[in-house]
Amino acid sequence: HLMQFMLLFSRQGKLRLQKWYVPLSDKEKKKITRELVQTVLARKPKMCSFLEWRDLKIVYKRYASLYFCCAIEDQDNELITLEIIHRYVELLDKYFGSVCELDIIFNFEKAYFILDEFLLGGEVQETSKKNVLKAIEQADLLQENQNEDWGSLSADDIL
Amino acid sequence: MIGDRGEIVVGLRFGLCKMPAPVRLRELIRTIRAARTQAEEREVIQKECALIRSSFREEDNTYRCRNVAKLIYMHMLGYPAHFGQLECLKLIASQRFTDKRIGYLGAMLLLDERQDVHLLMTNCLKNDLSHSTQFVQGLSLCTLGCMGSSDMCRDLAGEVEKLLKNSNSYIRKKAALAAVHVIRKVPELLEMFLPATKNLLNDKNHGVLHAAVVLVIEMCKHSPDTHAYFRKVVPQLVKSLKNLIMSGYSPEHDVSGISDPFLQVQILRLLRMLGKSDDEASEQMNDILAQVATNTETSKNVGNAILYETVLTVMDIKSESGLRVLAVNILGRFLLNNDKNIRYVALTSLLKMVQTDHNAVQRHRSTIVDCLTDIDVSIRRRAMNLCFALVNGSNVRGMMKEMQYFLDHCDTEFKADCASGIFLAAEKYAPNKRWHIDTIMRVLTTAGSYVRDDSVPLLIQLISSANSLHTFNVQRLYQAIRVDISQQPLVQVALWCIGEYGDLLLPGRFDVEPLVQDPEEEVLDVLENILQSSLSALTTREYALTAIMKLSTRLQSSTKPALLERMPLIQKSAANGPVNAVVNGEEKEEGGSFPAPEQLSQQAQVNNLLDLLDDSNPAASVPQENKVPQTGGELLDLLDGLSLPDSQSSGRSDAQPQLVLDGIVPPSPQNAANVKQGIPSIIAYDQNGLKIEFSFEQSKANTNMLFITLRASNSTEMDMSNFVLQAAVPKSFQLQLMSPSGSIIPARNSGAVTQLMRVLNSQKHPLRMRLKFMYNHREAPIEVMADVNEFPPQAWE
Repeated sequence: HLMQFMLLFSRQGKLRLQKWYVPLSDKEKKKITRELVQTVLARKPKMCSFLEWRDLKIVYKRYASLYFCCAIEDQDNELITLEIIHRYVELLDKYFGSVCELDIIFNFEKAYFILDEFLLGGEVQETSKKNVLKAIEQADLLQENQNEDWGSLSADDIL
Repeated sequence: MIGDRGEIVVGLRFGLCKMPAPVRLRELIRTIRAARTQAEEREVIQKECALIRSSFREEDNTYRCRNVAKLIYMHMLGYPAHFGQLECLKLIASQRFTDKRIGYLGAMLLLDERQDVHLLMTNCLKNDLSHSTQFVQGLSLCTLGCMGSSDMCRDLAGEVEKLLKNSNSYIRKKAALAAVHVIRKVPELLEMFLPATKNLLNDKNHGVLHAAVVLVIEMCKHSPDTHAYFRKVVPQLVKSLKNLIMSGYSPEHDVSGISDPFLQVQILRLLRMLGKSDDEASEQMNDILAQVATNTETSKNVGNAILYETVLTVMDIKSESGLRVLAVNILGRFLLNNDKNIRYVALTSLLKMVQTDHNAVQRHRSTIVDCLTDIDVSIRRRAMNLCFALVNGSNVRGMMKEMQYFLDHCDTEFKADCASGIFLAAEKYAPNKRWHIDTIMRVLTTAGSYVRDDSVPLLIQLISSANSLHTFNVQRLYQAIRVDISQQPLVQVALWCIGEYGDLLLPGRFDVEPLVQDPEEEVLDVLENILQSSLSALTTREYALTAIMKLSTRLQSSTKPALLERMPLIQKSAANGPVNAVVNGEEKEEGGSFPAPEQLSQQAQVNNLLDLLDDSNPAASVPQENKVPQTGGELLDLLDGLSLPDSQSSGRSDAQPQLVLDGIVPPSPQNAANVKQGIPSIIAYDQNGLKIEFSFEQSKANTNMLFITLRASNSTEMDMSNFVLQAAVPKSFQLQLMSPSGSIIPARNSGAVTQLMRVLNSQKHPLRMRLKFMYNHREAPIEVMADVNEFPPQAWE
C-alpha cells in the first residue's frame, strides 16, 4: 500500500497540510497540488470519493470545511484508504477536542506530528488509536520537560 | 565547522542578542490571515522573512525552531523557504527535543533527496537512530522512511536492521516501515532483513505485525525467491487472521465491531501474494477466506473494505470454483449497495474478472445495465465497459438495444467509445446481416459524427455483400439522407449505395412512399444538394460526385443523349474560372445581367458536370453562387444586385467542383494576358512575401463585364494559411467574388491561390478596388487592407 501523498485543503483551495512520500521538486509539488485541488473542488457532492488522475487513484473525503485527499497506487484498496482518512480525522479530533479547520491552521506542526505517529512512509504504523495518542502525549511531555531544563521558556512559549 | 561526532558546530552566543524575540508562530499566522489583500500578505511575509534571515545570520539558537516553524508555514502558503534548509540541519543536530521535532519536520518539507544538502543529514540521522530517547529514534526512523535517498539508505541499513530486533515495540514497528523504504530504494539490500523480518511475523503487537506484513509484501514484490522463503508462513498468517476474526471485542483495535481492519486487509494482501500461482498455499488459505467472506459485517464501509480485499485475493490465487462464485456474488451485492463508492469498486473488480469468470459475472448483467444510468460519471463509464465485455451470442440483441439507448442519451465523452463498442459487438455476434446493417445504420444516424473513419468502408463492404438486401438498404439510406445530411459517415455510405444501386430507387421498386414527379430528377437533386451543402465534408462531396457519375450510366433516362457525347473542346482561352462558362453566345440577357446561352458552345470551357446532366440548361449557365457572399458580403451587397432569373439558373452553384475540375483546366492566369482583348495584368499587392496579381479578361458577351483573376503567391519560407480575401468596389460597380481555389498559399512560390472576380461596370467608370485579406503566417494572424487604383484603362473602357 503505497500512499504517494496526502493533501489537506479548504473549500477555497487553500493548502493546510501536505505530506509527500515520493521525491518531487517543489515546482512539481506545486503543480500537482494546483491541479488536484482544482479537480477535487470541481466534483459534485453526489459523486463517489474516488477518481482517476494521471496514473494514480485519488481518494478524497470532505470533513466540514476541509478536504482530505490521498493519492494511492493502482493496486491499492480504496475503501481501506477511506478508513485511514477517517482514522486520522478521529485522531485529530481526540487530540484537539472537536477539531476544526482553525486548529489545523494554527497548530499545523502538531497535525504533522500526529500524522507521523499514525503513518510512516505512506503506510499505517499503528492501528491502535490509543497508542497513537499516547505516543503524542508522551512526546509533548518530553518537549515540555526538556524546555524546562533549558530555561524559563515553556513549550508554548518556544514556538 | 563539523564536530567529531558529525554535528554542525556553530558559534554560540549567550544572552548577547540585542534583538527583540522573534514574533511567535501563532502571532504571525494571525497577522498573515488578517491581511486583506494578496499584496498585503506578501508585504507581511517579506518583512518577516527579512527578520528571520537576520536572525539566522545572528545564529540565534533559542528561537531558531520558532523561525523555522514560521518558515514552514509560509512555505505552505507558496512562498520560497530555501534559505531555511541549512537551519533545519542545525535544528536536527541540536539536543533540544523541540528543535529536533521542528528540524526533522522542516527537513521532510523543505529538503528533497535531489539536493546535496540533504546528505548532510545522514550523520545526524545515524546518531539519532541510537539515541537514548525513543521519540528521537522515532523521528529519525520516520524521516528516513519518508525521504531517505538511496545513498542514505545504504549508509543506514545496518542500523535499521538492528532496530528490527529492538525490545521496544515502538521502535520495532517504525524500523520495519523504514526498512520497507530502504528496500524500495535499494532492493539489493533485501536479504539482510530476512531473518529479523520472519521473527516479526510472530509479534504480538498489532502495529509491529502490521508493519512486518507490509515489509514482507514489499520483499515479495522485489524477489521471487522471497516468495518461497515466506510461503511457509501462510499457516501462521491464517492463524493470525483467524484470531482477529474470532477474538472478542478489543476496544483498542475495534472499528465498528471489526477487530483491526487495517491488519486484516494487510494480511489478506500478503496471502494474495503468496497464494498466487501456488496451489498448496492457496489451499491452505481457502477456509479462512471463505470464513471472512461470509462472516464480515457489511453494513459499514470498513467491513466492505475487508470484503473487497478478500474478493481481490480470491480472484488472484488458485481458489476453488465455489470460492470464486462466492467472491463474484459479493461483488454482485456491492452493485446493489446504496454507497456509490462500493458500487464503483464492484464495477472495477468485475471488469477485471469478466474474462476469467465470465459466466459468474453474467449473472449480474441486469444490475450492471442499471448502472448505465448512475449519477456518477465514473460509474457509468465502468458500467459501459463492462456491458460491452458481457455481450455474447445469446444476449447480443438485448444488449445492443440497451447500448443503443445509452448511445442516444449518454454524454459526448462516451459517444465515440460506445459507437466503437457497438460496432465491435455487432461484428462479433450479429445474428444476421440485416440486423448487422440495421445496427450500424442506427449508430450512424444517432452518433455519426463520433464514429471512426473506417466505419464507412466497413459498412459499404457489408452492404455490398448482402445481395438480397440491396434494395432495402439503398431505399432506407435514401430516405435517411432525404431527411438529414449532417451525419457525414451516413451520408457517405448512402451516396455510395445510391451510386451503385440507384436504379433500385426508381418507381416500381419502392417499398415506402413513391416519389413524386420524376424520380431520377429527385434523386439527382438530393445528390446535388449534398454536393453543394456547407454541411458536407470534402470526402462527402467526392462521394457525391462519384455517385452522380455512376448514375449517369445507371439511370435510363432517354432524354439525355448529351451525357454520352464527347466533351466539348477545351479552350485555353477560357482562363481561370472553369466555374464560369465563357461562351460565345450573342444573346444578351435582359437586364444586363449574366448571359445564359441556350446551347453548348464549341468555345465553352469544360463545364460543370451537373450542367451536363440537366436538360433545361444544357449549356453552361452561369451559376448562382450560393456561397460566395461570405468573401465579399461584409463589405458590399453582392449577389443581391446580380440576380439571375430563376428559370435560367439551374440552382446549381458549383463552389466545390472547382477543385475537381482544377486538374482538367488548370488556372492559367498568365494566359489571360494573351487574351483577345489583351488587357495587361497588374500587381495589385506585393509586400512581405505575399504577391497578388490581377489578370483581366473582358466578357465577350457583355462588354460591361470584366473577369479578374486574382493570383496570390508566397515567396517566403513558410506557408500562409487560412487565406481569405474580401474586396469592395465603388457604388457604381457590382462585384462578385467566386470561391478561391484554396486557403493555403504554399511557400517559395511553389503554388498559388487563385480566385475569380467579376466586375460589372455599367457606367464605365474608372475602376478602383479596396482589398482586405487575412491569413496566418508563422503562427501569427495577419490582416491587410490595400487599395488598388492602377487598373489598366482597358479594363473599364
